[in-house]
Amino acid sequence: MSTAKNININLKIWRQKGPNAKGSMETYKLDNVSTASSFLEMLDQLNEQLINERKEPIAFDHDCREGICGMCSLYINGRAHGPDTGITTCQLHMRMFKDGDTIYVEPWRSKAFPVIKDLVVDRSAFDRIQQAGGFVSVNTSGNTIDANATPVPKADADKSFEAAACIGCGACVATCKNGSAMLFVGAKVSQYALLPQGKVEAAQRVLNMVRQMDEEGFGNCTNTGACEIECPKGISLENIARMNREYLKASLT
Amino acid sequence: MAKSAFLKSSLAKKYWMALTGLFLCLFLMGHLAGNLQLLVPNNALNFNKYALFMTTNPAVKILSYLTYISIIFHAIDGIMLTIQNKAARPVGYAKSNPSANSPWASRNMAVLGTIILVFIVTHMVQFWSRMHFDQNMPLQTIAINMQGMPQEFYVTTDGGYLPKMQVDQKMIIIKDRTDFYDAAANVKIKEGYKDLYKITVAFFQDAKYGLIYTLLYVVAMIVMGFHLLHGFSSAFQSLGLNHSKYTPAIKTLGKGFAILVSLLFAVIPVYIHFFLKA
Ligand code: HEM
Ligand code: SF4
Ligand code: FES
Repeated sequence: MSTAKNININLKIWRQKGPNAKGSMETYKLDNVSTASSFLEMLDQLNEQLINERKEPIAFDHDCREGICGMCSLYINGRAHGPDTGITTCQLHMRMFKDGDTIYVEPWRSKAFPVIKDLVVDRSAFDRIQQAGGFVSVNTSGNTIDANATPVPKADADKSFEAAACIGCGACVATCKNGSAMLFVGAKVSQYALLPQGKVEAAQRVLNMVRQMDEEGFGNCTNTGACEIECPKGISLENIARMNREYLKASLT
Repeated sequence: MAKSAFLKSSLAKKYWMALTGLFLCLFLMGHLAGNLQLLVPNNALNFNKYALFMTTNPAVKILSYLTYISIIFHAIDGIMLTIQNKAARPVGYAKSNPSANSPWASRNMAVLGTIILVFIVTHMVQFWSRMHFDQNMPLQTIAINMQGMPQEFYVTTDGGYLPKMQVDQKMIIIKDRTDFYDAAANVKIKEGYKDLYKITVAFFQDAKYGLIYTLLYVVAMIVMGFHLLHGFSSAFQSLGLNHSKYTPAIKTLGKGFAILVSLLFAVIPVYIHFFLKA
């Protein structure tokens, strides 16, 4: 038996025409939202309403809508990916809200993530950090070695895999009071530093990635722990500590 | 070293923050051990002897310079980090709910630190600068009964006593704040103890402001307690020390340290103001 019901909600949503336009919070009323729908389906419903009223629909990022691509990115009622833990915005359901609620929807706020339009931000800063070191150099010209030929301790493989679960959504930056990207960079550094294949370039990797992170204008971690709580993939603060160790080691040798 | 920008990079700043912060925690333990002597009854002389040791011993001198440098570096670095962190989010959120994911102290380290800085400066003006520079710093005296008549004597660093009368009558004069000179021969005969104990007690028992000073001191210690509640364990994370084996122990230790140290510091002026008989 379905327990879904329909609710009426008020929305306060950030609207901004373009990168250089001045934006503002706009108020919308949306009736008959099924609590069985997802948050993004609710926004789809609002956009249909706006289109019917011949108004500009709200731009927001999304792709897979199943929590794996890292594209969706909304700051909902004061929390990155909304009022639930361990989920992306696309996995947030309207059953988390009550009839008559007012819901604030804002883009990620960070100097390094400028708003492109409405709720869409430019996260290419993350791409540039990845390009600075988030890879291993492997010769693929016909003589690749089977990955399993290099033995990896199970505990290390597990930790590396947990770090690799980061989908680059940027919720850590969005929720951090310092706008720090250290959870993301910590995860990317750890993912390779833990594996024998990644150890070869470990020192240069961490130096380059941290330098790029600083250049992009992200803030400095003060260990509040907010990122770990809001990260949809449960990336642990241990990864930031590992990055700090790796960087110290790389700096002193 | 050069390739990592060891002073400038975000992580390097964090290492310095953590190292100076932890060094200041060590300093707090030393300072507290000294202050706690104020709670021992009839301990003025021992306290002043300790104060003399702390201002003259060469090893302690090195430590104290390290402490000054740490405070300055920690404060400048902390303020620089905070300015950068503010700049990293030029447009804020219309609605945010930070208490859902992080403890209050961790989000207010800069405010707490700035209050501590103001406290340290006023504290140094009140006590440290008087100890080091005040020309009218009182010297330790003691009342001894001579044939039923109480008489004041200066206590001297060689364990002896000088009748205060002789100074009052200008037979002995005091030079350089602590040196007793024979007035006639103009030669140094003995040295006295600066009476830091007396100054401290007078400060917190001041008829007009003693209560305010005591309360402000307690407030400063509460602020420091919150700074350390987050800071102590945070420093280990900054230095890359995080492991499920020992991190829970560090967190517990940090909370205990923060509460115990601030509480013990705060007890002292409260005792002097409310309970110590002048
Ligand atoms: C009794 C004196 C002090 C002690 C024992 C102390 C201790 C600490 C410790 C252990 C940390 C953690 C470092 C880390 O997370 O890596 C810290 C952080 C901090 N302190 Fe202090 N501190 C003191 C005074 C000050 C002062 C005077 C300021 C002046 C502004 C200040 C500002 C800060 C700031 C802004 C942070 C956070 C920085 C960050 O985490 O990146 N502190 N403190
Ligand atoms: S660490 Fe978590 S919050 Fe940050 S980008 Fe990766 S998945 Fe998103
Ligand atoms: S849309 Fe892919 S994770 Fe949300």
